[in-house]
Amino acid sequence: MAGPGIKDATAIVGIGQTAFARHLAEDERTLACRAVLAALDDAGIAPGEVDALASYTMEETDEVELAKAVGFGDLTFFSKVGYGGGGSCATVAHLAAAIAAGQATVGVAWRSRKRGSGPRPWTNTAVQLPTPAQWTRPFGLLRPADEIAMLARRYMHEYGVTRDHLFNVALACRNRANQNPAAVMYERPLTREMYMTSRWISEPLCLYDNCLETDGALACVIVGRERARDCRQRPVYVHAAAQGLPAQHHGMVNYWNDDPLTGPAWAAARHLWKHADLTPEDVDVAQIYDAFSALIPLSLEGYGFCARGEGGAFTEQGALETGGRLPVNTGGGGLSEAYVHGFNLVNEGVKQLRGTSTAQVPGAAACLVTAGEGVPTSALLLRS
Amino acid sequence: MLSPVTDTDGAPFWEYAARGELRVQACGDCGEPRFPPRPCCPHCQSFASEWRPVSGRGRVWSYVVPHPPLLPGYAEQAPYNVVVVELEEAPRIRLVGNVVARAGAPLDSVAPARLRIGARVRAVFAGGLPQWVLA
Repeated sequence: MAGPGIKDATAIVGIGQTAFARHLAEDERTLACRAVLAALDDAGIAPGEVDALASYTMEETDEVELAKAVGFGDLTFFSKVGYGGGGSCATVAHLAAAIAAGQATVGVAWRSRKRGSGPRPWTNTAVQLPTPAQWTRPFGLLRPADEIAMLARRYMHEYGVTRDHLFNVALACRNRANQNPAAVMYERPLTREMYMTSRWISEPLCLYDNCLETDGALACVIVGRERARDCRQRPVYVHAAAQGLPAQHHGMVNYWNDDPLTGPAWAAARHLWKHADLTPEDVDVAQIYDAFSALIPLSLEGYGFCARGEGGAFTEQGALETGGRLPVNTGGGGLSEAYVHGFNLVNEGVKQLRGTSTAQVPGAAACLVTAGEGVPTSALLLRS
Repeated sequence: MLSPVTDTDGAPFWEYAARGELRVQACGDCGEPRFPPRPCCPHCQSFASEWRPVSGRGRVWSYVVPHPPLLPGYAEQAPYNVVVVELEEAPRIRLVGNVVARAGAPLDSVAPARLRIGARVRAVFAGGLPQWVLA
């Protein structure tokens, strides 16, 4: 028989972020410290009370550096999650599990990155990135954009998904960024003409199908539900959480199994909904990982908002916009707010359930947040 | 241009390719082909394996056309095609490669407009790498 699990056992009670820009002067460690301290201040919790940390394996600032800089107390739980943007929600999930199990009481998750002014990871050919590079790189399949474009072409071919569907995704994110003063693309509207005539990055994906390159950092604070009631902010409960690595999955180059067009989202979704009191119909707003526009229709299918092959059609008639069937990425997402490996999607989910988003969905009570599709992934179902 | 950085499991593929042969790893017990190569069979857990010759015939499963910014060498040939080819004998084994005009021709030697999902191709070899020509 299953134990009590993590359902509503913990809550996010603090969020913090730095500015987002193509170039920030401060280094990653300083940005991490600023985001973490901002999140703790938001929660009204002193740094000395923190006893758990979670971040990404790709995070440059390690626990030792962060703890001694900002003045944490004794840490009794710390974990890191792999697979780049696939780990965003898992950082919170690990802390929720640790706190629910009694291994810690106050957890901080964070991501600090200088992807805007720093090097593009794929240009470093001296290290093997987490893909079976020998089977792809020599042939000029070099960048994440190329790897996902390969799946996107097949997806468009099999289901009749069009560039207009991908434009719907890019436009919804941009429209929300245009309402968010913190977004990199706050003052930069997007039109269909701009999208359709933009330069290619890897056909069939154009410039606007690709996320931003951003410097910035974010953090959030998670505590048990009893403690959460005494914090400064309205608690946002972690209702359910999941990681997902499906059988015979191959990461960014998921070309070698029976069904490459179903990926980690499907595996994470099966666990998430099994452990939730809610269904996709109950979700008021979603923050869906968008390193590339095509990941959103795929994720809409994976998390059960529509049937297989219907992700493109789902985006029609303004479905992803404010007032649509499922408003997504209400801060602008990775495509138009900031690309910080999806952590801004976690914090935006919290803002929606506090009622403080710059593109607030009226009465939002349940928000799905997802991590990178196309890599081993994770997801959170948050509720107010 | 990047050369394959091989590992223990993948090395035989490249050794056969250098001799102009396309072979794929298959289980030595249950016979199931698998790709990329790995130490044991995910179907029957056997550590026995063999390298099975295939015809080199296949179909384009998907393709992309990368544009700069790219690594030097690739940027000079861009836009070029990268294809994923489904092998006729083992449709789940899909090899990444390039459709070129003839063995050894540059990556941009076939106009992207000539490519279609489903197009028949066959393997040729140049410089130790498999390439594909329209069949």
